[in-house]
Amino acid sequence: MTSTAPPYLARRRALRIGPASWLLRPRSLAAALVLLGTTVLLMALSMRLGDIPMSVSEVLRAITGDGPDHFVVMQLRLPRALTGAGVGAALALSGAIVQAIARNPLASPDILGVTTGASVTVVAVIVAAGNTWGGVSGVLAEAGVPAAALLGGLIGALTVYLLAWRKGMDGYRLVLVGIGVSAICTNLKFWLLTVGDVNDSSRAMVWISGSLNGRGWEHVIPVAIALAVLLPPALLGTASLGALRFGDDTVTGLGVRMHLTRGLMILAAVLLAATATASAGPIAFVALAAPQIALRLAGVAQPPLVVSALAGAVLTVGADLIARTAFSPVELPVGVVTGVVGAPYLIYLLIRVRRKART
Amino acid sequence: MINALSVPRAAPPGTVRRIHRRRLLVLGGLLALLASAVTLSLAFGAKPIPPADVWHALIGPTGTENDIIVRSLRIPRTAIGVMAGIALGVAGALMQGHTRNPLADPGLLGVTQGAAFAMVLSIVVLGVGSPYGYIWFGLAGALVASAGVFALGMAGGRGGPTPVTLALAGTAVSAFLYGLTSALVLLDEQAMDTFRFWQLGSIAARGADVAWQVLPFVAVGLIVALVNAPGLNALSLGEDVARALGQNVALTRAVGIAAITLLSGASVAVCGALAFVGLIVPHLTRPLSGPDHRWLLPYSGLAGASALLLADVIGRVVAHPGELEVGVVLALAGAPFFIALVRRRRPVRL
Repeated sequence: MTSTAPPYLARRRALRIGPASWLLRPRSLAAALVLLGTTVLLMALSMRLGDIPMSVSEVLRAITGDGPDHFVVMQLRLPRALTGAGVGAALALSGAIVQAIARNPLASPDILGVTTGASVTVVAVIVAAGNTWGGVSGVLAEAGVPAAALLGGLIGALTVYLLAWRKGMDGYRLVLVGIGVSAICTNLKFWLLTVGDVNDSSRAMVWISGSLNGRGWEHVIPVAIALAVLLPPALLGTASLGALRFGDDTVTGLGVRMHLTRGLMILAAVLLAATATASAGPIAFVALAAPQIALRLAGVAQPPLVVSALAGAVLTVGADLIARTAFSPVELPVGVVTGVVGAPYLIYLLIRVRRKART
Repeated sequence: MINALSVPRAAPPGTVRRIHRRRLLVLGGLLALLASAVTLSLAFGAKPIPPADVWHALIGPTGTENDIIVRSLRIPRTAIGVMAGIALGVAGALMQGHTRNPLADPGLLGVTQGAAFAMVLSIVVLGVGSPYGYIWFGLAGALVASAGVFALGMAGGRGGPTPVTLALAGTAVSAFLYGLTSALVLLDEQAMDTFRFWQLGSIAARGADVAWQVLPFVAVGLIVALVNAPGLNALSLGEDVARALGQNVALTRAVGIAAITLLSGASVAVCGALAFVGLIVPHLTRPLSGPDHRWLLPYSGLAGASALLLADVIGRVVAHPGELEVGVVLALAGAPFFIALVRRRRPVRL
């Protein structure tokens, strides 16, 4: 900061790495730390609770030891909790980017065609593999579900993007085309659910709600890679993303290479959402709510990326903890609980921050 | 922009008259479209009935088999399609106007998920088995959920809820109810079996008594909606401007939400989760009407009804002798049409 900076900037500190810089906001930092602490706490709790309750020392011994508890913690509970945290963070990050680009708090990766495309593909696979058309065997279907989800998600996103492209990209047209493609996919999905056997429909319903049941290390790794690869460029684009919420002309005037930045950010959002959906299904509400919760906690005008990701992780891990312990031995899909847990909290924040909310 | 409010005083008188004539022309065109959709809906069905027999059934029924089919199946079905289509189109336009959000569908305030939850609950807890039984539960659920969202939007502030608060509160309540519904459906196979057909949306096999039951809700909702239109026009200029123009912002919002709730609640309870009709149709009619809600609402209603009926007729014809639910046809035939239109024209922003 030079002494010529206006007084409102003089108090701001910035973090600079090379050409990139981020404003340091104490409240965002505090929110991030609290959310990180909560994530760790919930994951620790998730290690302890289950059919075999363990104390903290037992968990620690199980991690280092070699007994049956070792398997429970290292092969069942830890990967599941990590998948939850990773998937929640990825969905929330994707949602934060989409909401910033669409300049719309109701936007989520759904309007990019990712989750809806994945859903319709997976439901088709499950219904086709079931008793109804008897084409594919059950085992193949089990292995094929994540692949189908990834493929369907990417095809859905590509379809939306290509259809919305017309001598350039326009955020509003992207939203409208997204609505159209989502309507097609969603209703096709509903129709497939009515065509299939009711048991297959129930299984498909578990997947489209988003579930972490039986998730192992093979689900953790893709999400971890996606986060590790995509989070840094997304953070680099934060400043441009901040500018994108103004009108297109202003953005160009501010010197942002709008089409390139927006295209890359959309690509990042699509890949994050597609990977997360392939691992755990389209967990409802996280991508939409976590950025909105995060921006209210951090007291900023636009979804902050890191805080959103952490809020997503807390929401998903917390919801899964409830989903698998509340009605034990029945395990509910996590996506059923995210809304039930997250909605009251978002409403509480809405009411509390009401006076600051702008139309 | 051809909003009446933005036409300068000094505009030559011919301009206003030309705009008026264009608007009436479009209105006439949409009415003709609806009339042909109604005709098709009466004429086509699982059993081929010659047009002369349809006419006979309409004018002077003598109790033949064809008379009974037309009068007890096709007429109620068409009537329900017209009412639900008008209701969803108008409710969608109102909702997008009030929230100023192109992603807002008429179910946004918790109507769809409220109806779904109440309906599934009635199946699981009370063992209600027939659509006639759970229509009332669906309607009650829709009304309660919407009122709850409005109350939450009002809480903690004065001067009525802002569009963003309203939209987010509605989404949050919907997600909450959706979670509860999914849990119930996953734990109860019979509820799952009913629910999967309900969420697809259909206007088939609802009798004349159902049509009479929805009529009062839709009629009152439409009147309230039309009363709300001028106020909503003022609100679209921004809340401060609206206040300066003498609008009671909170009252205008409340009236609009009452209309949306009545219209979408009635149609969702009877026809299932068809709310996306109300999401898409206003985007098609807004380029024709401009931002003036006094014209946008009737256009959207007529277009919604035509779309719903035409999709229903197509569903009856393509899957003969079975039927394809209207929701599927609407999405598969209507959405590509919508996307093509969005690509052709410059989108008319809210």
